[in-house]
Amino acid sequence: MGSLFRSEEMALCQLFLQSEAAYACVSELGELGLVQFRDLNPDVNAFQRKFVNEVRRCDEMERKLRYLEKEIKKDGIPMLDTGESPEAPQPREMIDLEATFEKLENELREVNQNAEALKRNFLELTELKHILRKTQVFFDESVPTVYKSSAPSHSSNKYRRLLQMADNQNEDEQAQLLGEEAVRASQPGQNLKLGFVAGVILRERLPPFERMLWRACRGNVFLRQAMIETPLEDPTNGDQVHKSVFIIFFQGDQLKTRVKKICEGFRATLYPCPEAPADRREMAMGVMTRIEDLNTVLGQTQDHRHRVLVAAAKNLKNWFVKVRKIKAIYHTLNLFNLDVTQKCLIAECWVPLLDFETIQLALRRGTERSGSSVPPILNRMQTFENPPTYNRTNKFTKAFQALIDAYGVASYREMNPAPYTIITFPFLFAVMFGDLGHGAIMALFGLWMIRKEKGLAAQKTDNEIWNIFFGGRYIIFLMGVFSMYTGLIYNDIFSKSLNIFGSHWQMSYNKSTVMENKYLQLSPKEDYEGTPYPFGMDPIWQVAGSNKIIFHNAYKMKISIIFGVIHMVFGVVMSWHNHTYFRNRISMIYEFIPQLVFLLLLFFYMVLLMFIKWIKFAATNPKPYSEACAPSILITFIDMVLFNKPKEPVKDCEVYMFFGQHFVQVLFVLLALCCIPIMLLAKPMLIMQARKLANVQPIAGASSDAETGGVSNGGPHGGGGPHEEEEEMSEIFIHQSIHTIEYVLGSVSHTASYLRLWALSLAHAQLAEVLWTMVLSIGLKQEGWFGGVILTCVFAFWAILTVGILVLMEGLSAFLHTLRLHWVEFQSKFYKGQGYAFQPFSFDAIIENGSAATEVE
Amino acid sequence: MEVFFTILFFTAIWAAVGLGGPSLVSKEHQQDLVRCIFLLTAVCCWLFWLCCYLAQLNPLIGPKLTQDTVRLIAKAWNHPITEG
Repeated sequence: MGSLFRSEEMALCQLFLQSEAAYACVSELGELGLVQFRDLNPDVNAFQRKFVNEVRRCDEMERKLRYLEKEIKKDGIPMLDTGESPEAPQPREMIDLEATFEKLENELREVNQNAEALKRNFLELTELKHILRKTQVFFDESVPTVYKSSAPSHSSNKYRRLLQMADNQNEDEQAQLLGEEAVRASQPGQNLKLGFVAGVILRERLPPFERMLWRACRGNVFLRQAMIETPLEDPTNGDQVHKSVFIIFFQGDQLKTRVKKICEGFRATLYPCPEAPADRREMAMGVMTRIEDLNTVLGQTQDHRHRVLVAAAKNLKNWFVKVRKIKAIYHTLNLFNLDVTQKCLIAECWVPLLDFETIQLALRRGTERSGSSVPPILNRMQTFENPPTYNRTNKFTKAFQALIDAYGVASYREMNPAPYTIITFPFLFAVMFGDLGHGAIMALFGLWMIRKEKGLAAQKTDNEIWNIFFGGRYIIFLMGVFSMYTGLIYNDIFSKSLNIFGSHWQMSYNKSTVMENKYLQLSPKEDYEGTPYPFGMDPIWQVAGSNKIIFHNAYKMKISIIFGVIHMVFGVVMSWHNHTYFRNRISMIYEFIPQLVFLLLLFFYMVLLMFIKWIKFAATNPKPYSEACAPSILITFIDMVLFNKPKEPVKDCEVYMFFGQHFVQVLFVLLALCCIPIMLLAKPMLIMQARKLANVQPIAGASSDAETGGVSNGGPHGGGGPHEEEEEMSEIFIHQSIHTIEYVLGSVSHTASYLRLWALSLAHAQLAEVLWTMVLSIGLKQEGWFGGVILTCVFAFWAILTVGILVLMEGLSAFLHTLRLHWVEFQSKFYKGQGYAFQPFSFDAIIENGSAATEVE
Repeated sequence: MEVFFTILFFTAIWAAVGLGGPSLVSKEHQQDLVRCIFLLTAVCCWLFWLCCYLAQLNPLIGPKLTQDTVRLIAKAWNHPITEG
């Protein structure tokens, strides 16, 4: 296994495959997932490639499978997912697969068509049934309703006639309706025939329909409607729709056509409804029997469909995998070149050097499988191209590598910050998030995800937020664990302290003093035991409401700077590893050394001052090392850099902390300032000089140092051939000056930037405290049984706020700040991030990404 | 003296974690990565503890307590307030 510290060494290889063996070999390589193929015919468009037909066939198969999948999902049949990945089938099996899918699709389509026709039939019959039933009611009801509602204003003939009908009819009025009709029609002046149509319409269309009828027929029609209570199934899309039955009475043919047109316009289905009640009854009987028949047929059709789908569901995932693999293989084969004799395919690929043997083994397996006699040839090629960056990660390091790659993929063989990030990231996060309680919540959440890893990974979801959390489970766990540790040191657990070892502060005040003073400050001289609380903050500070923040600020600001400076020095040291690896002596001497000196002499010196101040100044010491004489580090540092004359100290105190400090400081600043021109000029000057020399006496073979070319190009494995186009001299100067200015100004601003560690940790502690005093303490102060009830509610509220705001939101904010500290403050010291990622041809990745990946390619 | 031994004790603990930790992990894993992880953990945690310890070693100010707190502490932490 290669290490994570640098990306893998890669080699560009040429691969000769015999035509017959190519498919099997590529299939083996796909299972392996260690080879990145290059497109050898970039100018050939996708439709002119050799295996475009096969790819198209695969597309077609995929479409059929998707259709099957859709149908299976529609029926809610569970799909069997064993999670295993079958090998890519032989090319000849493709025809079998195609035939199977074709058959299945046709069968399914036929069944669906039949089912749809049957359903349509069924729907019509059901509607008719409802019409018959409801119209029966209309005819039954019409008499009394009309009778009651016949107001004088309704003077149309129809109403009058219905009224008269009602007068005459006592039994079997339907039978007489038409007879009556005929009788009336024959009367003089009343020669209009009363007709009616019955039909079914969507319920939501009914009001406009009614309005339209009224307007178009000028109120000369009579509409009755009744809802069909049970929703009906729309045969085309299977939706449940609500419909209503209506019946319209009108006079004359003109109105009839008009009414029919309107019905058509509103997509109402009209059904013939016999006028005679006996006919209607007979028809109803007929409809009922037909519905029953249809029901059995429909059931059988559904059963058949279900059987087909269940059978397909068993294999569907498997088929998908197979088809995607075939498609991926042909896609890859399309990238290859055909040699002149058409006997063999030529491929170019990037291969990790360490896996050379494995790949050759896979190729041999492929050849054997295809039964070809000619072994494939894998040839290493010389190249000046930049190889891809490949970091071999496992499930633990993957997320950390992703954090780095999000900033920029490392240049080839550059130092990879990921292994250090594994610890520094959660740690710096924890400095901001330090709280034992909140850390424990986070760590438990992370631990739960890690423990349930397999199960959770198996149930793939599209929930992006969950996927982010799950992907970063190890980060979350480590962040939680480190937060618990820093929480212990800060002695914060939900903003309260633990008193494990017993406070190292005593009280020497007597009763009268305590009673007389509202505030009492303990004296560091008398009340302090002389040795600090052994692990973390003394719990006394937690209860010192009025000056706790002052003490904490002084402490937290100092640790922010201490850790920041060390983090940056670490980053600069990383650049040393890069320079030595790339044999870049010029950068090493004229960049790395001045950078390091600059940082150490100014900022690390400040860190040292902090430690000196902690150790040398004490309340118990006599002047000039007593508490009153302790100087401010920040003021000292500013005076040092600006060569200011320090202010006169208080009586008996001294300006400086140790002998010769003034001299040391002046020396340090001068040395640090000297580093700036070296960083700025030395490297470009030397390059210029080297080029001049090279021009004067052209020696065969470029000089071994990388003076003449780009810094990262001349790696020891990159081959020392002719360099790419030389950069312009002016550009080198500009680059260098930008780089220098960035570094010098950066080291100031970056140091200040680490103060965010203090700021966020202060904010976190204060928020937690506010939440405690403003919310939970209200509940804790209640008394009696009622207090218990209130406490329960208040606790729930407090817990929700704690998780929601303090753990989630504060956690997110601290995460982002940590990310910034790594990307900007740490990585800017050594990391270029100008590489491109290694994307091996791998079935796993292709199947993981589903169809999307193959379609994009 | 107590200070010296405390520092020595915690330094020893973290040194043990940093140097001895990798041997707890089975050798199959990437050894140098494991070593790096343990070493960094130990250094970070040790330095963090040390800073906190040194910051309190010679306090320049004392905690300012309210009267109630003083009385509560006297009771709870068993520091009886002297009469007088």
